[in-house]
Amino acid sequence: MKDSFFAHSVGTPVERVEDLRLLRGRGQFVDDLHREGVLHAAILRTSIAHGRIRSIDTRVARAMPGVRGAFTADDVAQGSNGSVPTIPLRLAPLPELVLFEQPVIAHTKVRYVGEPIAVVVADSISLAEDALDAIELDIEPLPLVADRHASARNDALLFERHGRNVAITYTASKGDAASALSKNPAPYVRRETFRVQRHTAVCMEPRGLLAVWDGAHTKMTVSGAAKVPFANRRILAQRMDLPEECVDMIESDVGGGFGVRGEFYPEDYLIPFAARKLNRPVKWIEDRRENLLGSNHSRETDCEIEIACEKDGTILALRGRAWVDAGAYLRTSAAIPPRNVAQFLSGPYRIPSIHVESSVMLTNKNPIGTYRGPGRFEGDFFRERLFDMAAKDLGIDRVEFRRRNLVSEAEMPYPIATITSPEKKEELDGGDYRITLDRCLAEIKWKEKSSLQGGRLADGRLHGLGIGCFIEGGAAGPRENARIVADSDGAISVFVGSTSIGQGLETVCLQIASDALNVPMDRIRIFHGSTTYLKEGFGSYHSRSVVMGGSAILAAANALKNEIRKAAAHRLRCVASEVAIGDGLSAAFGGKSVTLKELAGDGLSAEGTFSNHHHTYAYGAAAAHVAVDPKTGHVELLEYVTVEDVGRTINSLTAAGQAVGAVVQGLGGVFLEHLQYDDQGQFLTASLADYMMPTATDFPNIRAIVLENSPSPNNPLGAKGGGEGGIVPVGGVVANAVADALAPLRAEPRELPLSPPKIWELIQAARSNPPMEG
Amino acid sequence: MKFAPFDYAAPTSVAEAVALLAQAGGKAKALAGGQSLLPTMAFRMATPTLLVDLCKIPGLDKIAIDDNGVRLGARVRWRDIEEDTRLKTAHPLLVAAIQHVAHYQIRNRGTVGGSCAHADPAAEMPGIAVTCDAEFVLQGPKGVRVVKAGKFFLGPLSTALADDELIIEVRLPAWPARRRWAFQEFSQRRGDFALAGVAVFYDEDAAGRATNSHIGVIGACHRPQRVPQAEAALNGRAVDAAAVAAAAEALSGALDPPEDLHAGAAYRRALAGTLVERALKRAARAATGT
Repeated sequence: MKDSFFAHSVGTPVERVEDLRLLRGRGQFVDDLHREGVLHAAILRTSIAHGRIRSIDTRVARAMPGVRGAFTADDVAQGSNGSVPTIPLRLAPLPELVLFEQPVIAHTKVRYVGEPIAVVVADSISLAEDALDAIELDIEPLPLVADRHASARNDALLFERHGRNVAITYTASKGDAASALSKNPAPYVRRETFRVQRHTAVCMEPRGLLAVWDGAHTKMTVSGAAKVPFANRRILAQRMDLPEECVDMIESDVGGGFGVRGEFYPEDYLIPFAARKLNRPVKWIEDRRENLLGSNHSRETDCEIEIACEKDGTILALRGRAWVDAGAYLRTSAAIPPRNVAQFLSGPYRIPSIHVESSVMLTNKNPIGTYRGPGRFEGDFFRERLFDMAAKDLGIDRVEFRRRNLVSEAEMPYPIATITSPEKKEELDGGDYRITLDRCLAEIKWKEKSSLQGGRLADGRLHGLGIGCFIEGGAAGPRENARIVADSDGAISVFVGSTSIGQGLETVCLQIASDALNVPMDRIRIFHGSTTYLKEGFGSYHSRSVVMGGSAILAAANALKNEIRKAAAHRLRCVASEVAIGDGLSAAFGGKSVTLKELAGDGLSAEGTFSNHHHTYAYGAAAAHVAVDPKTGHVELLEYVTVEDVGRTINSLTAAGQAVGAVVQGLGGVFLEHLQYDDQGQFLTASLADYMMPTATDFPNIRAIVLENSPSPNNPLGAKGGGEGGIVPVGGVVANAVADALAPLRAEPRELPLSPPKIWELIQAARSNPPMEG
Repeated sequence: MKFAPFDYAAPTSVAEAVALLAQAGGKAKALAGGQSLLPTMAFRMATPTLLVDLCKIPGLDKIAIDDNGVRLGARVRWRDIEEDTRLKTAHPLLVAAIQHVAHYQIRNRGTVGGSCAHADPAAEMPGIAVTCDAEFVLQGPKGVRVVKAGKFFLGPLSTALADDELIIEVRLPAWPARRRWAFQEFSQRRGDFALAGVAVFYDEDAAGRATNSHIGVIGACHRPQRVPQAEAALNGRAVDAAAVAAAAEALSGALDPPEDLHAGAAYRRALAGTLVERALKRAARAATGT
C-alpha cells in the first residue's frame, strides 16, 4: 500500500548515508573538536558513599603546574546567588520531588561514590588528573543505605528533611483488583517475587562536552549535546542566569545514546561554569570509569506480584508492588522507569483489573535514569515469567494462555492502567497482536521444535524454548518542528528538532523528505538537533524521532510547496492554486515553468510542526531456543527471533538493525551486565573487564522480522516508534526458555542475570529442595 | 584514566635494564607488552616512577626448541606461539592453552614474561608453566638464577621475582610425542579470564595405565597449582570413567577457590571438577587434546 507521499524511497532498504563518513574515520565526535587555547577538566569524585563534607582544600592543587582553576561547591554558589543549582526532573516533575534533585556539585553531603565534589581545569587532562590527587578532603562518613531494604528501614536517611527514604510511590490502577482477587468462587491465584539487577546502557563513546564562552557577546556554546539539546539549553540557561537565546547546544556525532547519553548531568553545568569563570574553552571527556560510575544506571527493580485467573486461563487481575532502587538523587528521567514498570506491567494483554504500586527507593548509589525500554524490560520479565508459571499450574499450553489473553483488534483502542501522580492515562492504539505471535511461532518453528521443549537432553545439554509478547511505546509529544529551505544551488536543506544518537536518523529523514518533496536524496541536506537550527526542538527519546520529526518534515514539505506555489504564481502570472509542482520542485502553469533554483534566489523556506498527544504502540512477539549446560550453568542461545509490527517501515535495514541491536543489548542484561556495589557502597564494576557486555561473537543467531500491518492512525506517516521494542521482552523470553530447559530439575529463574554461577546455584538449590507435590 | 607522571627508559641489554630496576629501589616496573601494567597505571593503582621498556633488548623474543624442551623468551608474544608451527608437536598443550588468552589485539602484544610476572591466578601461561614443571630463568644484579614454576607463583599477583630481577626465559621440559593431554577452561565470554581452567597430561605405561599425571588448575585457586590428590587418583589406573570421576572428586575436594564478583567458591570448585572430568575424557579419547 503506497500513497502519494511514499512513491520512491520510504519503505526501501536504503543504506545508511552516515556510514561512509563514519567508516572512513571522518566522524566528528566531541573529542575531535579543537579550540585554540582549550583547557581540560577533570572531576574529583567522592570515594565515600555517604558522608558529611567537613572541608575541601584545593590550595595545593591550584598551585600545581598547568592548573588554571579548581572549583568546589563554594565557588559554584558564589557564582549562583549563594546557592548550588540543582538538576530538575525533565519528565513527570512534581513539586514534592524537588527535594531529591541532584546539586550540580556536592555540598554539605555526599550521597554516592562518584558524586562530583571538585573540578580541576588544567592545560592537559593528565595535569588535571595529577592535581585531583592533591585536593584534601575531609568527609565524615555516615551510615550507609546500601539497598532498597536498608532504604525502607529508614535507619539512615539520604535527605533528613524528608524523614524517610521512599521518594514517592506511584500507583497504576484499573478496574478493581481487590474484588477480582477475593471473588467467589475463588479464582486461581499465584503470587511470586522477581528481581532485575542494576545495569544500564554503556555507549561506545562516553559523554563529552566542549564549552566555549564568548564574553563580548554573552554567548555560551556547548558542543557534545545529544538527545534533548533544547531542554538542556533551558536548564543550563536558567542556572547560569542567561537568556536561552545566549546559549547554543551543538550536536556532533554521537557514539550511542540509548536514553543515557544526552540527559543533563552535573558536568553539563560544571564545564560551562568553568569555561565562563576562566574565560577559556574547556573540554571534558568522560572516561570509562566515570562512565560506568556516573552515567545513569537503570533497571534495579524487584517485585511481589500476584495474578488471578479463571480456570480456563482468562486473566482477571494483576496486583502487586515494585521497588526501584533509584540511587541517591532523582535525575532528569528518574521518574520514568518506576512509572513504566507499574503502568506497562500488563503489556499487550487484556487485564481488566490492575493495582500495582511502585516505590522509588533512595539508596547510596549512582542515580538512575531511562535506558531503552525503561521499566518495560523489567515489567516484561516479571509478567512473562509469571504467565509461564500460571499456565503450567493451570495445565494450559503457554502459547494458548497468551493467545487467549492478548488484546484483540476489536477491543482497540484499549485502555491500560492509569498511573498517578502526575496522572497519565494510556491506551493501546491498534493492531492484531495475534498475527505477530503466530508469525514468531512460525519463524522459530515452535511446533517442529516441540521435541526440544521441556528440558530434552541433546548433546549433554538441556534444551528449552521460551516465548513472550510485548508492546513498545513511542512518539512522545507534545510536538516536533522542522524547517525546509530551498538553497541558492537548487538543493534543499532540512532542519529538524530530532537528534541523532547513531540510530540512522539522517538516512530516514532524507528518505521522508525525498518522497515528500519528490527531490532525489542527493539533493537534500539534513541538519538536526542543534539549537541553532530551529526555535524549538524536542529531540530523540521514547522512540519518537521518526514519528515526530518525520511528520514535522512532512508538514514543512507541504508548507514549502505552498510557498513555491505562491512564489511561482507571481512569476507565472496565475493564482497559486493553479501552479503544478513537478519533479525537483519545479513549478509550472500554462506551458511555462520555473525551476526551484530560480525561485530560491528570492528566499524560499517553510516551517512545519507536528503535534501529538497519542502515543504509538508498536507490538510484537519474541521467542528463544536455548541449551543449558547444567554442569557449568552456561546457556547457549541457539536462536532468537523477534517480530514487531511498527505500522510503517521507513527503512527496512535500519528498522531490523535497531531490533537486532536492541535484542543483543537486552541479552547483555539477561546474561552478563551487572553494576555491583559492595557493602560499603564502593563501586566494583568500574571497567569493561568487570562490567561485561556482549561482544560480536556471543549471540550470532538473532533474527528480526519487521511488519507493517497496522499503520498508526495518529500520524501522517502511519509509523510507530520502533527503536526500543527489541529489548523489551528479552528478559522474559530467555528466562522462560531457560525455565523450560530446567523443567526436569524444577528450577525456576526468578532473578536476572542468568549468569553461569547463578544458573548453577539455581540447579543446586532445586536439587537440595525438591518442590512439594500438589 | 591518565597515567601519573613517570620516567621512561629503553635499555639495550638485560644488564642495563636490571641496573635501572635496582637503582629505582622498587619503584620501577619493567614494560613488555603492557597489557596488564598499563591499565593498572591508568587507574593509578600502580604508580611506578620509572618504566623500563624491554623492547630494545635483543634475544628475548626467541622460541628455541631442542631435545631438552621448549624455551620461551620473556618477550615472546602469544601470537608468536600461535604462529610457530613447530610448537604444535613440540608442545601442543601450550598452543591449546594460549588460544584462550584474551583477544586478538591483546595476543598481538601480550608476552610470556609479562603474564608470568603479573601472575593473575586465572592466566593461562602461568598455569601451563606450573602444570609442566617449567623453570623460570631470572636475572638480577647478582646474576642469573633458576626457579621452578611451583616456587615462582606465590599468590594473586605475587611471585618470587625480586624488584630488581627480570624474567629472561621460561623453560618447558620436553614433550613426548605419545603423551595424552587436554586443556579446558570456562569463561563467561570468549577471551575473559577463566572462572576456572585445567591443564592435564599423563603418559601411558605398557598396560595403558596412566603414569606421570600432571593436573594443573587456574582461576579456581589463589595461584596456579598442580593438584597432587587428583594426580594420585589417576596414576596407575586405566583412564576410564571411574578413574576420571575419582580424579575430579579429588580435585574439587582439594581446592580452596577465591570468591569475587563473578563467581563464588562453591561454583568454582564444582566447575574445576567438571572441567577436569571433561579434559581427562578428551585426553583419553583423542590423540589431540582440544
